[in-house]
Amino acid sequence: MFKWLDPYAKPQTLFNLLGRWQRVLMPLGWLLLAIGTVWGLGFTPPDYQQGDSYRIIHIHVPAAIWSMGAYSSMAIAAFIALVWQIKVAQWAIGAMAPIGAVFTAIALWTGAAWGEPMWGTWWVWDARLTSELILLFLYLGVIALQNAFSEQATGDKAAAVLALVGVVNLPIIHYSVEWWNTLHQGATITKFAKPSIDPSMLWPLLICIVALGVLFGALVCQRLRTSILRHEQHRPWVRQWAQEQA
Amino acid sequence: MSNFAFNSMAEFWAMGGYGFYVWLSFGLSLVALLLLWWTGRQGEKHFRSQLTQRLSREARVRAHQQQSSSVQESADESTS
Repeated sequence: MFKWLDPYAKPQTLFNLLGRWQRVLMPLGWLLLAIGTVWGLGFTPPDYQQGDSYRIIHIHVPAAIWSMGAYSSMAIAAFIALVWQIKVAQWAIGAMAPIGAVFTAIALWTGAAWGEPMWGTWWVWDARLTSELILLFLYLGVIALQNAFSEQATGDKAAAVLALVGVVNLPIIHYSVEWWNTLHQGATITKFAKPSIDPSMLWPLLICIVALGVLFGALVCQRLRTSILRHEQHRPWVRQWAQEQA
Repeated sequence: MSNFAFNSMAEFWAMGGYGFYVWLSFGLSLVALLLLWWTGRQGEKHFRSQLTQRLSREARVRAHQQQSSSVQESADESTS
């Protein structure tokens, strides 16, 4: 497997590959997001209990799922960077962290705007909300650590260790609604049983989830490409690329 | 896809009284996602202009060095 994977760790090969992926994923992500939100906002029936406020689910749940998905990918990259010392994995951490942080902020913000009319409060210090807030701080910590040392390699390593240690928060977020008494409702679709949501409401939600996943991939490609260029700027292939661009 | 869930556009914007919360959520989320995309794009553009600047400066320095060394050579030739 490593023989097969090895060429992709070469920055130049990965750079070209990311460019091809980005060209497909970026428009696809935005398109799916447009379809999913328009469908979810206008063409699904209102919820029998929550009325039209439940439509916030179409951005809240995908953002929350991918805030954790992004963290998992970042932790895998951190593991690869620490164990096999692969540079591009290290750079991928820096590319994923800001995107994951924004996804987490969206999940928190839309959750607050959903909580206010439904629970009567923007915020409570309960398990699900607090653990998701900690996820935001973990992302911010990774970003801050990476830039905190005059020696870039030291900051990179520290950020990778934090990213890896922070994984412990992911199961806490997921199971928080079962382990503790919480205002937040339990799992609707991310469980090993039939989703407790009507199919007419499930489809636009699934499209939004896929859309944000695709968009995450596209945005990572975009940032990782720039990061590769920045780190490799003294190599001949980057010069050649710059001349081709001009 | 089922039919449009609202009777009019006004009802659609009102979102059954939850319009403020729904549009606040979607509006800010869209802004945040667009900002992510835009800052990523700006980052690449910024780096590219920096790089081309550096490369053209290096080329100028090289050209100047060549020129001055050739001037030096001709000066050496004339004195010998």
